[in-house]
Amino acid sequence: MEKFKKIESNAIPLPMVNVDTDMIIPKQFLKTIKRTGLGKNLFYELRYDEKDAPIDSFVLNQDKYKDSQILITGKNFGCGSSREHAPWSILDYGIKCIIASSFADIFYNNCFKNGILPIKLDESEVTKLQKAAENSLSFTIDLENQKISYFDKNINHEIGFELDKAKKTSLLEGLDDIGLTLAKVNHISDFENKQKSRTPWLYSQQIK
Amino acid sequence: MSTPKTLYDKIWNDHLVSENEDGTSIIYIDRHLIHEVTSPQAFEGLKIANRSVRKPNFTLATADHNIPTTNRDEGISDPESKLQVDTLEENCKEHGITFLSMSDKRQGIVHIIGPEQGFTQPGMTIVCGDSHTSTHGAFGALAWGIGTSEVEHVLATQTLVQTKAKNMQINIQGELPLGVTAKDIVLKIIQIIGTAGGTGYVIEYTGDAIKSLTMEGRMTVCNMSIEAGARAGLISPDEKTIEYLKGRPFSPAKNEYQSASDYWLSLASDDGAAYDKTVNIDASDIIPQVTWGTSPEDVVSIDGLVPNPEDESDETKKKSMIRALEYMGLVPNTPLKEVKVDKVFIGSCTNGRIEDLRAASKIAKDRKVADHVNAIIVPGSGLVKQQAEEEGLDKIFIESGFEWREPGCSMCLAMNADKLKPQERCASTSNRNFEGRQGRGGRTHLMSPAMAAAAAINGKLSDSREI
Repeated sequence: MEKFKKIESNAIPLPMVNVDTDMIIPKQFLKTIKRTGLGKNLFYELRYDEKDAPIDSFVLNQDKYKDSQILITGKNFGCGSSREHAPWSILDYGIKCIIASSFADIFYNNCFKNGILPIKLDESEVTKLQKAAENSLSFTIDLENQKISYFDKNINHEIGFELDKAKKTSLLEGLDDIGLTLAKVNHISDFENKQKSRTPWLYSQQIK
Repeated sequence: MSTPKTLYDKIWNDHLVSENEDGTSIIYIDRHLIHEVTSPQAFEGLKIANRSVRKPNFTLATADHNIPTTNRDEGISDPESKLQVDTLEENCKEHGITFLSMSDKRQGIVHIIGPEQGFTQPGMTIVCGDSHTSTHGAFGALAWGIGTSEVEHVLATQTLVQTKAKNMQINIQGELPLGVTAKDIVLKIIQIIGTAGGTGYVIEYTGDAIKSLTMEGRMTVCNMSIEAGARAGLISPDEKTIEYLKGRPFSPAKNEYQSASDYWLSLASDDGAAYDKTVNIDASDIIPQVTWGTSPEDVVSIDGLVPNPEDESDETKKKSMIRALEYMGLVPNTPLKEVKVDKVFIGSCTNGRIEDLRAASKIAKDRKVADHVNAIIVPGSGLVKQQAEEEGLDKIFIESGFEWREPGCSMCLAMNADKLKPQERCASTSNRNFEGRQGRGGRTHLMSPAMAAAAAINGKLSDSREI
């Protein structure tokens, strides 16, 4: 996984609540066996009409947000299915940071596995940032110092955010989770031996 | 005396491999279910890193999301779906994982076949790259949905790195009125706590109304925990659980069954165990429920009206209500019972079990599906289908005008050919009424199997108790 670096970009305002994973990437695009190439279909049904033509009013189709790396949206973002195709499509599009007042649990965890930073803020702060995003202001996301900043009318605004330490390290260092766990393989073997004597039926069950 | 523990606390403690310095824990995973949609990239990841599957015999695979529910003999005509299913089969072969293929009568929706095969057992940790893994919590197994990166992590290590969730108790006291089902309970819960109400929690369902449910009913309730935002739902194991699992193919053998059962019963939450949050609901207040909007929390009683956004004071909520009503093609204050349907779908991991089909068949018997309605029944597994046919349910459905299909996820997520056309309205026993879920522009109303069957007969949303 790539290391998470400081982001400087304007932000896409998507003031909708309960944006579900079907909305982020509809099922017809889940038939892939690859992780890449999903960005063009991100928010497909909001972004394209029934003839596949871009819907001009949708924010992703507006020129000024073409290269944005930040998405600012409403509460419970990413609810619904566990499909990692949702963060894959977001990342493939070029978005590396999502700001909302809350996230659905599985989606939130999936983000960290793919180098995306989901930031939780109070609703009032999200609303403020939405306004700034609508004015296409440029934001800086500094994960190291857990700080969002932007200039509005020559005034520097700074907002701090909370993040679990393990998740922060994982993003900053682009860690390989599996490699880290495998480094503790002895613990796993010990556990299996202990479990086998405590609940032996879990090990005698034959799957044929 | 030790501190009283919840069922969740006990399972967590029994699966703790080690605690990391950063506050996370490595949790052992007893069983892993995989399917064609969320596994190919995980196997690809293993290959790239030159890693193997740690416990192939703790893993069970089937194809369910993508497969056709008609003309199985002709195979899968959609090339992308076929590639995914073939890829799963090849990956299983390469790593020695049992794969129940489309031609195997045990094939079905992962969350139906796990319990059916006795693969699901109390006290286990069970994961699957599918959010409805919470279903298995009905057995007192800690079961949750994971993304593909975590599927890869489990394949390689048989563990996951986790942070412990909080405990929530949802206590359903009293007796459920006649004709009210597990689906109505869970829809009511989601209406009350909302789709984010359970975020950060594992929900344990308690109370007389939960205890009196069959294992099938308990699975329906736990299945939709994710729609309430919780990663997992749990019900303490009891005699019903033990009875259900007796003699199933992967259940503990006879000579081990007693000690397994003793362990299972010991997992029930202790008296006085502390929950971070408790919600009490009176079962006697619940009547059949349906959804009106595009979020599973948009729930009303069948005798109610389509809500009016003007009555909503919260501006954001009002906006999303207006959007939902427009998408659903509904006018505020219309009685639900006047809403006509075009399609009916009975099936899914929420309601595709034998009990669900029996409930629907009782309504369908000696009645006809309304002329303008296309109604399909998709059993949750090959064995559910076989059982239903042995009981003659297929004949009842076919005579009523329902289509009798092959098992799979089907129109719950419409990845195969079973989908709604734009603006078509469906009475569905599935779990999500999101925009486009059952097909672009399709309009979904969630309800119980009896309610969906009643909608098929009357051609509009109906109270199954009045048939």
